[in-house]
Amino acid sequence: MKIRDLPEDELVVGSFACAGCGGILAVRLALKILGPETVIVTTPSCLLGVTTFYPQLAFKVPCVNVTFPSTAAAVSGVVAGLKRRGKEHITVLGIAGDGGTVDIGLQALSGAIERGDNFIFLCYDNEAYMNTGVQRSGSTPLGAHTTTTPVGEMLKGEDRPKKDMLRIVAAHDIPYAATASIGYPQDYLRKIQKAKETKGPAYIQVLSPCPPGWGYPSDLTVHLARLAVQTGAWTLAEYEQGKLTVKKIDHPKPLREYLSLQARFAHLI
Amino acid sequence: MREYLNGNEAVAHAVRLARAEVVAAYPITPQSTIVEEIAAQIARGEMEAEYIRVESEHAALAACFGAAVSGSRVFTATSSQGLAYMFEMLHYVSGARIPMVMAVANRGLAAPWTIWADHQDSVSCRDTGWIQLYVETAQEALDTCLQAYKIAEDPRVLTPVMLCLDGYVLSHTEEILDIPSQEDVDRFLPPYRPQVLVDTRRPVVFGVGAGPDIYPSFKKAQQEAMERAKEVIKRVDEEFYAFFGRRYGGLVEEYRCHDAEVVLVTLGAITGTAREVVDSLRREGAKVGVLRLRALRPFPVEDLRESVKSARVVAVLDRNCSFGYEGVVCTEVKAALFGLKQPPSVIGFVAGLGGQDIRKENIEGIFRSCFNSDV
Repeated sequence: MKIRDLPEDELVVGSFACAGCGGILAVRLALKILGPETVIVTTPSCLLGVTTFYPQLAFKVPCVNVTFPSTAAAVSGVVAGLKRRGKEHITVLGIAGDGGTVDIGLQALSGAIERGDNFIFLCYDNEAYMNTGVQRSGSTPLGAHTTTTPVGEMLKGEDRPKKDMLRIVAAHDIPYAATASIGYPQDYLRKIQKAKETKGPAYIQVLSPCPPGWGYPSDLTVHLARLAVQTGAWTLAEYEQGKLTVKKIDHPKPLREYLSLQARFAHLI
Repeated sequence: MREYLNGNEAVAHAVRLARAEVVAAYPITPQSTIVEEIAAQIARGEMEAEYIRVESEHAALAACFGAAVSGSRVFTATSSQGLAYMFEMLHYVSGARIPMVMAVANRGLAAPWTIWADHQDSVSCRDTGWIQLYVETAQEALDTCLQAYKIAEDPRVLTPVMLCLDGYVLSHTEEILDIPSQEDVDRFLPPYRPQVLVDTRRPVVFGVGAGPDIYPSFKKAQQEAMERAKEVIKRVDEEFYAFFGRRYGGLVEEYRCHDAEVVLVTLGAITGTAREVVDSLRREGAKVGVLRLRALRPFPVEDLRESVKSARVVAVLDRNCSFGYEGVVCTEVKAALFGLKQPPSVIGFVAGLGGQDIRKENIEGIFRSCFNSDV
């Protein structure tokens, strides 16, 4: 996959996303691969707030918004409904943030994967509940300051490690699952392509830095998404046919380089 | 075709006859045999539908929502805790104006745990924007299920319908049913053809966000659709009668109300017992009647006023309680009669919670206490 071979057509147009939003970049890139024969199913997250506020529709594909816990359940319904109309060629793309995936949406996602429905679930992981004001999620990394894991005498930011969602979906014997970073678009797009070709459920969790949530200037989004991988703070992994492969970083950079650029880790430096 | 079936089987037959295309359901007593029977019909090849075996009731309604916006006629069923678990999705489906039908085999809510009938579950969902129809017999459950699709899908309504049948008393009690033929049902209920659906050639958004400038107009439209539903429910009941020879009074069903001094207002299956009591008291010369509310939402204000015109006292039997006040139907009836020139007194009775039997003598006691009341 070469970036210059990507279609010029934009399927995300006119969103209200913040400058430097990693999440909207993740969705925009994914739709370059998935194309116009796609239906998005998503939740009240940042994504909904910046793309589908009446009378706005910032996608050139249909969008089904549903309640927070239900992305994957609604996905199953859309898959069934399209099947009844003989439209099984349409890609059903569930999208949720880390909260809508690893926390409140986990039960529905587990159900849909276990049922073996044909869909892609994209988790844009910005490592906290950003839309509601940067509260911690199960996906918040150890030590990160959030509005519900503040830094003070008694608490020094998030005190629990990040939930390992890839292993959770892998435990469902899912046909295809991967982690990616928007800082490595070729790797990410290759994984989206694989997910598209997968028969049955596919899961991709893409690191999507958030300037206001993480506390960094908006021009550093891609830089941080790369540094996360280069320092080992984020792994690029794939689970396929029962086998987990993790991209090896031969000479990892010091973690300090990644942490020191972000206000959420300022108390650690 | 005549068969000896219970209320849940009756609903399952209706769902097959309505040609529901996607069923998503999570079992809960006493609803479970509805979705078991639907699964069996599909397994036997008698019904052609996608059956989504979801992991919760919340997911059941979300899956139905997804299938409905993709163009399918959908069905689910639940009871009690399951309905409570759906609460968020109830508002979502009605707010997005998705026409669907859900059966609720009525059951009390925990704690304490109970599996037996009362109306606390569906009555607690009164304000979720769903049309609520309460049935009295298994036959009415079947017939109303078919009517419900036609009501919900009417372009002037586009509102989901909750079909409420008393747990066990209707869900698990057999009666001889007339099962309409598929041909007749197909003529009564044409295929679901939504005006807007998931279509990659014409992208739209379902479940849009709305700011304070526009949100109220969505809600006003919902309220207006509910008001229009009153006429549609009546009309569909009459159309059903023309096809199948059975009707249920539209929004309310009167029994010996025309000259009654005391009218008892009921919901659901207990009405049959109340009718027997009315007959026996009438033989003693007491002018009594019973008015069954078939629709709790939309609330049949006009029909209720008309039906209790001659009444001195209106008694209301509630199988639910709004804790801190009274039975919900009682409050509704009082509000509906408020402002009449010489309104009857309204006396509320809460009974039959958690499956407690309501016997003839209890209902007789209600009537007698109303005659003896000074109000």
